[in-house]
Amino acid sequence: MDAIDLARWQFGITTVYHFLFVPITIGLSALVAGLHTAWYRTGKVKYRQLTQFWGKLFLINFAIGVVTGIVQEFQFGMNWSDYSKFVGDIFGAPLAIEGLLAFFLESTFLGLWIFGWDRLPKKVHLASIWLVAIGTQLSAYFILAANSWMQWPVGYTYNRATGRAELQDFAAVLTNKVALVTFPHTISASFLTAGAFMLGIALWHVLRGGKERHDLFRPTVKLGAITVLVAAVAVLVTGDIQGKIMTETQPMKMAAAEALYETSEPASFSLLTIGSLDGRREVWSVTVPHGLSFLATGRWNGKVEGINDLQKAYEERFGPGSYTPNIPVTYWTFRLMILFGALSALIALIALWYIRRPGRSPSRWLVRSAIALPLLPLAANSFGWIFTEMGRQPWIVFGLMQTRDGVSPTVGAGSVLTSMITFTVLYGVLAVIEVLLLLRFARTAPAEPDAEAAEPDAAFLY
Amino acid sequence: MELTDIWFLLIAVLWTGYLVLEGFDFGVGMLLPVVAKDDPVDRQVTLRTIGPVWDGNEVWLLVAGGATFAAFPFWYASLFSGFYLALLVILVALIVRGLALEYRNKLQHAAWHRRWDLAIVIGSAVPALLWGVALANIVRGVPLNANHDYTGNFFTLLNPYALLGGLTTLVLFALHGAIFLALKTHGAVRDQARALVLPLGAAAVPLAAAFLIWTQSYDGSWLTWVLALLAAVCLLGGILASRAGRDGLGFLGTAATIALAAATLFVTLYPNVLPSTTDPAFSLTTTNAASTPYTLKIMTWVAVIFTPIVLAYQGYTYWVFRRRLTRDDIPQVTVA
Repeated sequence: MDAIDLARWQFGITTVYHFLFVPITIGLSALVAGLHTAWYRTGKVKYRQLTQFWGKLFLINFAIGVVTGIVQEFQFGMNWSDYSKFVGDIFGAPLAIEGLLAFFLESTFLGLWIFGWDRLPKKVHLASIWLVAIGTQLSAYFILAANSWMQWPVGYTYNRATGRAELQDFAAVLTNKVALVTFPHTISASFLTAGAFMLGIALWHVLRGGKERHDLFRPTVKLGAITVLVAAVAVLVTGDIQGKIMTETQPMKMAAAEALYETSEPASFSLLTIGSLDGRREVWSVTVPHGLSFLATGRWNGKVEGINDLQKAYEERFGPGSYTPNIPVTYWTFRLMILFGALSALIALIALWYIRRPGRSPSRWLVRSAIALPLLPLAANSFGWIFTEMGRQPWIVFGLMQTRDGVSPTVGAGSVLTSMITFTVLYGVLAVIEVLLLLRFARTAPAEPDAEAAEPDAAFLY
Repeated sequence: MELTDIWFLLIAVLWTGYLVLEGFDFGVGMLLPVVAKDDPVDRQVTLRTIGPVWDGNEVWLLVAGGATFAAFPFWYASLFSGFYLALLVILVALIVRGLALEYRNKLQHAAWHRRWDLAIVIGSAVPALLWGVALANIVRGVPLNANHDYTGNFFTLLNPYALLGGLTTLVLFALHGAIFLALKTHGAVRDQARALVLPLGAAAVPLAAAFLIWTQSYDGSWLTWVLALLAAVCLLGGILASRAGRDGLGFLGTAATIALAAATLFVTLYPNVLPSTTDPAFSLTTTNAASTPYTLKIMTWVAVIFTPIVLAYQGYTYWVFRRRLTRDDIPQVTVA
């Protein structure tokens, strides 16, 4: 492997890993803020216990999201210096603004929230966790605006003299139609993830524990399940709009999602296919007639351009070369994203139906689903991003710069290999520690409530 | 003043803020086993002095990095790809340290604490050393080709001037941390921290003096001499104030020392942002590394509006947690 492949693998590994934690942080910060608000409003000890129980899990998750985020900001310059030079005039601004507006807000107010239980006025303490939640949303918006520019560059001109893309209209970058749909899609997916995280753990307690735990955790089973279901609808709606915008902006990605080689009118959507991996030969498949036409155009008989025609058109526009992404990857990640997202919603629905009356004896099947549930959206998120980024290939900035031209020219393969191995091993070890901690705290039900003490236990602070 | 100059100034301010703020939390991390020995409660007192603020301090680095990317993309690209392995080490250290701070108290096992504490010490000392090495190399210049790409290797960065810079930041941050601990605690931790001020000060003074005098050889002017001299005065003043029991004044002294030392470096560097030792014509400057005036204008507006807000709420955090910590502040736990 040469430096370019290694740099791509490193970016993929570090980014997918980082994004395991980010959606939980985005969704859970708001859910914890909601529980804290319930405590503030009602004064019930139960809600304080829940705030602290979920708050602790949130903090364990947040910490690893923060430290792996530092790598994200540095590696554009480290591994992709020619890309950084080419896009810096545009891409750097949202990144810097993200730091100034979001990172400061999150880190400062999280510090206040963790250590402020008996030191801050109650209102200020409550406001702190809400500001953390708002910070995570702001952060998501700016980084997605930056990413959307790579998918669909707007508000720029290409300067031949300097050889780089230069900003013309910052408002256009922030209101990029790809960003405007990607943001709600990502945020709803984040709530789906956090809701499933909450539902899975709370359900386990309700199904396994005695009456006390049942009563304590039941509100969060409901909160988690409803969050998942509402978020799932939002994911579906935004995903549908996103599909149409993708067809408009990056038709090749849509064709690659279906492995559609020939332009079709109407085009069907295959749920799964057995055949050659790149979808050229098909042995057996389950298809939804007119499905892709509807996904891509909103009309049942809409015309969907195929890979072959698009490849030809791109060759005429950009010169010889392959403009087709890796089809097996795009085809399967697209389906797996949908599958895991839908599965989470289904389990949430069953769980909600199951606990509608308190005190039912647990079914072993439901306990098992509860344990698996938090993992499903994580898989869906990862596949979604792999699809989005791999589907853009060979472009790093769609239509402007190819990935192979963005890599750092004087960083050798040995250096990239060193950092890739370092991060992979380090992240692997951290994952084990993180999962052990999460499991431990997820299983430990809160101690007997002490109505007097507002401060959480020692493990919350340090 | 051109926008590019304003942004050079802003990035210098961000770096300075980072070094002054995270400087003391690196110092506290490094000194953990010295000031708190093996006493678990004292260790918690020590770590709690930086608990609510260290993450906010680190954001100064992230914003400095982001601002460099936005305002001087060519500087960002050459610096980060050029200092590749050094940055990798710093990143690993910051990752391990950040998690150590957040996780060490999650479980009450002696072995768990011991391992994370070691991570805190190493994770604080390594960046404290390497940031000095990196900044010194920026001032000194590195081999850049006509495309402004770095052509040296990891060992090019380990020259005597840069190593002196690294030792200076290492010792200076340790001193800064000791004085901070003296300011923020009562009891045994404070006594231990205060006892460290003199030996650390005795090491910091000659190192900082040698480093700042050597710095003058790179593009010194009367202004850099004045700044370096002021840094020396503040350093001595800070040490003396701390010895006299004036903890607040002592902390202001080391904070000003770090700020003035950083100012010395950035004034020396200007108008370059990354000089080329291969050929001065290949150097990156505030002009040839910069973004377009339009981008800089937008970024200036964002900075003008939001920086005061950030400073206000970060200041508020320091105000909320201004009280000195004692052993009584630590919740009772049984360590297994």
